[in-house]
Amino acid sequence: MVEIRVVLPQHLRTLARVGPEVMVDVREPATVSAVLDALEAAYPVLRGTIRDHGTLKRRPFLRFFACEEDLSLLPYETPLPPAVCAREEPFYVIGAIAGGER
Amino acid sequence: MSGVRVLVGTRKGAFVLSADGTRKDWDIQGPFFGGWEVYHLKGSPVDPNRIYASQGSGWFGQLMQRSNDGGRTWEAVDKTFAYAGETGTHEWYDGTPHPWEFKRVWHLEPSLTDPDVVYAGVEDAALFRTTDGGQSWHELPGLRTHGSGSHWAPGAGGLCVHTVILDPVNAGRMFVAISAAGAFRSDDGGQSWKAINRGLRSNHIPDPDAEVGHCVHHVAQHRARPDVLFMQKHWDVMRSDDAGEHWVEVSGNLPTDFGFPIDIHAHEPDTVYVVPIKSDSEHYPPDGKLRVYRSRTGGNEWEPLTRGLPQQNCYVNVLRDAMAVDTLDSCGIYFGTTGGQVYASADAGDTWSAIARDLPPVLSVEVQTLEG
Repeated sequence: MVEIRVVLPQHLRTLARVGPEVMVDVREPATVSAVLDALEAAYPVLRGTIRDHGTLKRRPFLRFFACEEDLSLLPYETPLPPAVCAREEPFYVIGAIAGGER
Repeated sequence: MSGVRVLVGTRKGAFVLSADGTRKDWDIQGPFFGGWEVYHLKGSPVDPNRIYASQGSGWFGQLMQRSNDGGRTWEAVDKTFAYAGETGTHEWYDGTPHPWEFKRVWHLEPSLTDPDVVYAGVEDAALFRTTDGGQSWHELPGLRTHGSGSHWAPGAGGLCVHTVILDPVNAGRMFVAISAAGAFRSDDGGQSWKAINRGLRSNHIPDPDAEVGHCVHHVAQHRARPDVLFMQKHWDVMRSDDAGEHWVEVSGNLPTDFGFPIDIHAHEPDTVYVVPIKSDSEHYPPDGKLRVYRSRTGGNEWEPLTRGLPQQNCYVNVLRDAMAVDTLDSCGIYFGTTGGQVYASADAGDTWSAIARDLPPVLSVEVQTLEG
């Protein structure tokens, strides 16, 4: 297992009743899929909010960033960057900017 | 002393407004779930402290919340709405087949007898039920798999079950309404359904009096007379005296018969309320005057109710689930607007006042009458 720092958007922090950053134990190899599995296992209320319950597809207005890279469009089994696995950098779940509501 | 609790769902959270039986001084709590859309929240008739809420957002999908203390605190409950079996397709806006996809919960209808049982009307159109207080939801697939289901098409707001009525007298009888499919009745607890749209005429479909395809906006039933239903359709206000078998138009002298909500006085089954809206392309009151119309004759003869409501430069809308009544001796009527106002009348609509003025756009209003 490897510890991964995860930063959640504000609404999901409120929902999970956590602060800006959480630490989750992720099975190895640590991938995008593995970190999402671990996050949902630790905070079941987040199931369905980041990826669809049934299809497990990423919700369209969410993105996954790490080490200044966008991991959102990469396969779920893409390994996380070494700096994330070393806890030097967090894995970010980002809500898309959508301030255009008039 | 008795009191009332008004449950308000908005585009940016839920609010709980409380007052004693005089309904003069209001306490406003909220926002709960700030920043999230709350399409609907409703309390159990047998346990008013048990309230269920539909919370959602375009970013994070559907959530469900439950309160056991009258809305003071909330806990997230199950939010998995999985259609039963093969889902097939319904008709899309362009007439092509489109897969059934869950999007959101529009309406929650708690059981009349069991606080752990709740029905949920959802988009894409289907009916779900929990029997364990929201810990799990299961589809009653007989509605979605009605023979006409593959021909249902969404209205502008989506293909949604927005009205669920549990008959208080006839065991197992339920009504739902779907935009834009029409009204349906079950006599076996939701296992099988019958389209009940005879008498409706809708010019937006090729066959104006087809069995399905009607954009029903809302349906109301009075507990004392459950075979009588009133309907606000896309255009037309309708009435049925035989549990939906036949409908007749009762728009009468309304200035326009387009609108969304419709409700009935708690103690007078023939006193009906609507909020006329100018047209389907101009979703605001005619002449900039916000007027509730009341019929004391079960339709056809309508009077405008204006005292306390803005009578100039008012261009808000009142959505389908945003009107409700209390059951105090002097019946209270409540409605919310897309401008964030919640108006209340403690005298059956004769006079009105804003009990909240600057909320986010109001999506739903429900009222609980609380015994002291």
